[in-house]
This record gives sequence, C-alpha cells and structure tokens, in this order.
Amino acid sequence: MAEKNTDPDAAAVSQAEIDAEIAAIHGEYRAQRDAGAQVETNARLNFPPYRSSLLRHPTKSLHHADPEDIELYSPAFGHRDVSPLEADLTIAHNGEPIGERIIVTGRVLDGEGRAVAGQLVEMWQANAAGRYMHKRDQHPAPLDPNFTGVGRTLTGPHGEYSFTTIKPAPYPWKNHHNAWRSAHIHFSLFGTDFTQRIVTQMYFPGDPIFDLDPIYQSITDQAARDRLVATYDHSVSQHEWNTGYRWDIVLSGSNRTWAEQEEEH
Amino acid sequence: MKLTPTPAQTVGPFFGFALPYPGGEALVDRSHPGAVRLHGTVYDGDGVPVPDALLEIWQPDEHGAISRQPGSLHRDGYTFTGWGRAAVDGVGHYSFTTVEPGSTGAGVAPYVLVTIFARGLMDRLFTRAYLPADAAALEQDALLSSVSEDRRHTLMAARESDGSLRFDIHLQGADETVFLTYPNTPQFTGPVE
Repeated sequence: MAEKNTDPDAAAVSQAEIDAEIAAIHGEYRAQRDAGAQVETNARLNFPPYRSSLLRHPTKSLHHADPEDIELYSPAFGHRDVSPLEADLTIAHNGEPIGERIIVTGRVLDGEGRAVAGQLVEMWQANAAGRYMHKRDQHPAPLDPNFTGVGRTLTGPHGEYSFTTIKPAPYPWKNHHNAWRSAHIHFSLFGTDFTQRIVTQMYFPGDPIFDLDPIYQSITDQAARDRLVATYDHSVSQHEWNTGYRWDIVLSGSNRTWAEQEEEH
Repeated sequence: MKLTPTPAQTVGPFFGFALPYPGGEALVDRSHPGAVRLHGTVYDGDGVPVPDALLEIWQPDEHGAISRQPGSLHRDGYTFTGWGRAAVDGVGHYSFTTVEPGSTGAGVAPYVLVTIFARGLMDRLFTRAYLPADAAALEQDALLSSVSEDRRHTLMAARESDGSLRFDIHLQGADETVFLTYPNTPQFTGPVE
C-alpha cells in the first residue's frame, strides 16, 4: 500500500488496474462473508482503490463508546433555518436551468422503521454538464448561470422529503487515468441522535459507470451498494413537467430508550 | 421492524459551496462573556494539513443543558443552539467560537462532540474534545478510562496561553486521534493495524 502513488494529479494508474484492485477486495470480502464473517452494510474507510483514502482513513480500530447525553440528541432545525423555497433548485435564479428536470423524493426512517420528522436534509450536486458551482472544480464543462445546485428541506411528519432539481451528469476526476464519477447527488442528514448523522450520495438506476467508480465500490457488499440507488417512479413524474425518482434513507438505529423517544412527541 | 441503514459516502471535495454557511462557526458571539475559541488543525497520515475537511461540533451549554432550540443556520445572536459547522481553511485549520460545556451529569467530564468529514474519508468520524479543566472528573470519566493511557491525550483539548482551547485531529500517525463508534451505528474500517 505504501508504494501507491497518492498524488491526486498523477493519473498514472489505468482503469483496469483500479478495477483489478476493487475486484480483489470484493472477492476477499465475499469469501469471508460466505464463511460467516459480518455483512458489511457501510462503506469501508480504508479502501485503497479510492486513492484519497490512503492517508485519511483511521489505521486503528474505532473505539466503542456508550452514547452519553449529548450524543443521544440532535440539534433542532425549524422554519427559521430553512425556507420551503430551498427545496426547489430550479427556481433560485431568474431563468430555468438547463437539463432534465427531476423530482427526488422519499422518506427518512431510523433503523426501527420510525419516521424521522422535522429534521434537516441538505443536498448538493453538479449541474447537467457535470460541473459544480465550486471554485476548485476545474472540469472544462459549462457552468449554468441558472443553477447553483444546493438544496435544503425539513422532513415532514412522516419523514418525507422532496427536491425539485436537474439531473446531474457524470464528471471526470483525478483518482486515476480517465476516471469518471457515477452521476450522483450528495445528501447530508440528521437523525434524532447525533450518532445517526450521515453524509452520503444518491445514484441513478442503470448508471454505466457504477462498476468503474471506486467511491461507489468502497461499499463491498452489492446489497448495500444498491441502497444508494434511487428507483425511477412514474407516479412522481408529472405530465409534461418532470421525471421522478424515489429514494428512502434509513439512518442507523437510535440509541435512546423507547420512553425517551416518546418524550419528543 | 429492523431496517438496514443506508451506507455513507465521502463528502467529497466540492462541499464548500453547499454546507458551510455564514455564522456556522459561531455558536455564540465573540463578545459573549463566556466565549471561548475552540480551534485546531486536521492532519493526514503524512502529518500534512488537510485543506478540505469539514467539522461539526455539538455540545451542551455552560450549565450542561442540551439545547432543543432551532436556529443554527440563521442565528439570532442570543439563542444557544449547541451546534456549529466550520470548514477548515487552506492550511487545514478550523475555528469555532463557543462556550465551555458544563457536565451533563455525575461522572461525566465535560466535552464537545466533534464530527469530521473530508474528501478521502468515506464516512464521518466522531471524537470528543474534553475540557482540560477538572482533573478529578477526567479521572472518573467512563470513556476516558476505557481508552489506553498512551492514546488518551488525543481526546484532550489543550488550553493555549491566549485562553483558547486547541484540539488538533490526526487522521493517522503516531498521535492518531481516538475515533468513536457507537452501538447500532455500523462502521467498517477495512484493514487496520
């Protein structure tokens, strides 16, 4: 591992070499899982095919902690924090953004299947050409003056959320030579406990880049990877207006007792 | 009903236009009588500052009370919400203005819960920044006692000569920070030492 080139601009390694590294790790994982080892339901922190992880993953086991008071709560967010207009990324400017108008909707649940109500959901993404409104994104694709690509909302009483946006495009990055990210939308969520805090990425069904993308493949288990892929839902599509995608998000289990949970309501 | 949690993915390099917001780093105003600066640098395994990390802190107020008040994203200047967010600068340094948290109960030494996101970090990491003040409380704290003595210092904020609290974060290396994992919150490190 030490001899791997960690220079993000090196782009010396081929896609085939990255593919082989991913296949080796996944093969080893499947063998261990089939022999009775734990099913991996989350991404791996140490995943060498994603070169940026090499110097940034913990090298020691995480330390088991019993959550104490502050860890059993999350900050509260309300309409002071978030305007309902922030859930529509297509109306932030004077004109219509370029691209395929979509609605992404779903529910936020905890590990017990309870709705996470009234909590903050943030999202951000590249535009329809695969370019972020970020000064460090130098991908020579056009910016869209009518699209920033940032949304926020509060979940409803049943944990539901909905964003109106533009379908983002894949974009190149410098993990290896000719590296491309699967099209994705970044999501950031809070639960009832701060230990449920998660930042993740939602993907679109049938993306041809899935197998080539070491960030997506850092989740070694296929069933777990599938949980990041939205489904096309025609009932969310609207006549002559938008196509629709559904994606439910399950946070990790709350560590509060049932009684504490009820107090909230 | 038991559902399997959705996996995490890295925050990536391009969160700067989306997640940080004006006032995110100021849980209280600098003119607050109890205001203290909590700051430090995030380092990678080569000891090089990480210029694209994002930190969040979540803490009780100075009396140990946990705020249930909204308003962190649009602070009114008076309400303590207990939560803040700050991106590191170009040299990996972050800075919050907050109050020193009180203890939430007997046998719990006061600490600030710190969450780290970064490009290259596939899932957020949790750690605690304990206040250096009360030696007796630190001695009795259940979590600190469960950490080996040679790593315990990585959970301690240090008092600087200007009164600020310094809490550096080492993602790897000899001083690798102790990162926490909780029941019901699956995290997978991949191979470790």
